[in-house]
Amino acid sequence: MAEPIIRIDNIVKKFGPLTVLDGLSMEVMPGEKLALIGPSGSGKTTILRILMTLETISGGFIQIDGEQLYHVKKAGSLVPADERHLHKMREKIGMVFQHFNLFPHKCVLDNVTLAPMLTKGIARSAAEKRAMELLDMVGLADKAKSMPAQLSGGQKQRVAIARALALSPKIMLFDEVTSALDPELVEEVLNVMRKLAAETDMTMLLVTHEMGFAHDFADRVLFFDRGKIVEEGKPDHIFRNPTQERTQTFLRKIIAAGHRV
Amino acid sequence: MIDWSGYIGLILQGAWVTVELTLMGSALAVVVAFAAGLGRVSRFMAVRALATSYIEFFRGTSIFVQLFWVYFVLPFAGITLTPLQAGVLALGLNVGAYGAEVVRGAVKAIGREQREACIALNLTRFQAMRHIILPQALPLMLPTFGNNAIELLKGTAVVSLISLTDMTFQAQVVRAQTGSTLIPFATILVLYFVMAWLISLGMRWLERRVTRGLDGVRA
Repeated sequence: MAEPIIRIDNIVKKFGPLTVLDGLSMEVMPGEKLALIGPSGSGKTTILRILMTLETISGGFIQIDGEQLYHVKKAGSLVPADERHLHKMREKIGMVFQHFNLFPHKCVLDNVTLAPMLTKGIARSAAEKRAMELLDMVGLADKAKSMPAQLSGGQKQRVAIARALALSPKIMLFDEVTSALDPELVEEVLNVMRKLAAETDMTMLLVTHEMGFAHDFADRVLFFDRGKIVEEGKPDHIFRNPTQERTQTFLRKIIAAGHRV
Repeated sequence: MIDWSGYIGLILQGAWVTVELTLMGSALAVVVAFAAGLGRVSRFMAVRALATSYIEFFRGTSIFVQLFWVYFVLPFAGITLTPLQAGVLALGLNVGAYGAEVVRGAVKAIGREQREACIALNLTRFQAMRHIILPQALPLMLPTFGNNAIELLKGTAVVSLISLTDMTFQAQVVRAQTGSTLIPFATILVLYFVMAWLISLGMRWLERRVTRGLDGVRA
């Protein structure tokens, strides 16, 4: 039995007086494709942001690939990690954002090559070769010299995926990556992700409102509500035969809103 | 009849001093503005406190007094400066304090999303500032930097108080020698205006350069 690549142990996250995650624990196996669903404010995006070290945690422990994410061992006990440790741990993780967050002053190619060159010291020629392969994979090799402002939302998001992949992370986090897109542009991004899931053994965590996609994409679906995992299981179980009432209510609302399951 | 050519020549000599002061003062102001402006957003408390004290002190006291201190008081501490050095130092530090707030504001204006992308791509704070934040913040700073440069140009007139023969000083010399008020003062009025206008043109050109390719990204 392999070790989990992500082990979240009793995580607490508070924003001021508001407790978003209250003692959450979960594990993710290497190569697993996980879909996190649930109403807004349920804490699913917060989990991704914590894994990317964009938030601090109020309590608990996270292990990534056998190492503590937010803690280091000092004199036998675990103490909060410094920036250098976080920097090392971030190498294992990549993230794609809802609003793409491309660098508007850099062309598509430079968006993809910047981090490998700066953080891994890869030579420009090698970084550009790899970037072109990735842009080709997301179907945007012809846009390499375009500026982000000249792209559609779907194209921007595909560039953002290529940019995150360029660092070859073991774990990829997708935070509502199609929520900011016009409906007709959603499919081109989902197609890239399907390809990615089929062709790589990366561990992928996906926060989404695209239930149909979550069903096809995920090995396991977690339903979140109020900072807790209410129900989890195979996509068929969660989407066809959910046992928890809150899951049923949520899915009914989503279907009523016109989403395909 | 007065022969004006010699007197106008005198004013033009003064104009050159004014240009020198403006260029060197602006250069110092830019350096100081970035140092103090980035100091204000440092994660180290001591650096923030130092930058804030500098900014508040130099914005909160008059350029006259600062100039007098640099020129007349520093010698008591063993630091004697030429009038030009004193003028550049006082003007640069004074305008740099205003510039620092411009730098800070522009850096803050580059939003959370860009910073988070930098973290997700594992850039260090320095790399993020150097490659992502500053290149986008610079176009936001330039219009106000232009304002500050023009303020500095006009501020150079105070150096005549420490016997530096700038344009205003020379105009007063000419006025005293010829008894004519209109001609020397009209001349420097036009010259100041032309210099300020050249600064405006230069800044607009710079703005166009640094925003190239960014059309439609940010107002």
